[in-house]
Amino acid sequence: MACVNPDGTLSSSAKELLKILNNPMTAEEISQKLSRPMFKVRSSLREMLEAKLISSAEDKYVITKEGNKKI
Amino acid sequence: MEKENQTTEGKVYSLPRLGEPAPQFEAITTQGTLKLEDFKGSWLIMFSHPADFTPVCTTEFIAFAQIHPQLRELNCELLGLSIDSVYSHIAWARTVEEKFGQKLTFPIIADLNKEVASKYGMVMPGESKTETSRCVFIIDDKQIIRAMIYYPLTTGRNTEEILRTIKALQTSDKNGVATPANWQPGDKVIVPTPNTQEMAEERVKDKNYECTDWFFCKKELK
Repeated sequence: MACVNPDGTLSSSAKELLKILNNPMTAEEISQKLSRPMFKVRSSLREMLEAKLISSAEDKYVITKEGNKKI
Repeated sequence: MEKENQTTEGKVYSLPRLGEPAPQFEAITTQGTLKLEDFKGSWLIMFSHPADFTPVCTTEFIAFAQIHPQLRELNCELLGLSIDSVYSHIAWARTVEEKFGQKLTFPIIADLNKEVASKYGMVMPGESKTETSRCVFIIDDKQIIRAMIYYPLTTGRNTEEILRTIKALQTSDKNGVATPANWQPGDKVIVPTPNTQEMAEERVKDKNYECTDWFFCKKELK
């Protein structure tokens, strides 16, 4: 996985993404804020949703308690 | 639906078609697991190479990385592929950066089970049964295949031509025109051919176009 290392720690790019998700943001907003291409944002969000580090509602993403523990 | 070609040995290989949706996939890459749909909204150049740690492929990857900034300005991403492991890709990318001074900024698919290679007809058994040939798929922002290039193992691709093709396709889409042979940005474009007699007669009288004949007209883009 790109965001979560095999030992469960997060990559620096993953932490950077989590840190901006205290307030809900869309994938497009994340892409602009972090200057990352959309494909990378979509892939990262999918991975973090699977790891329950973020949650989603109405196309917006926000950090979870589990995600907060990681940063 | 995938199209199939039957060989004389009875084996079946898929080949994609221009103008049809690009076959979807999910793959392990050097930048995590990616799906083709992750690239929606951007153009995509997906290209295959025979093997990591080989010389012609190395020159191609350097050339692709060098045009990557220009592609990004055109809302176009790059995605490489070979039938190698992700560890081989990572090691090769590190070697290219260390020995050749070029960072590889795009993801590379590790297609060990040949799933993506099979969907895209990247393996040419007459050349190699275990390696992909040098294929290029230009996929637009709606995930339709717009151009394909197939080169043999021996011959490195021309990345300037690939860049030119993207510009030509985007120009055609934006302006409703076609581009002539060897077109470069700034050159005149070809106006679509009239398909009724009335339109053909009007076309040759239209001062906005440079017409050699009713079916052959060019114009400058403003």
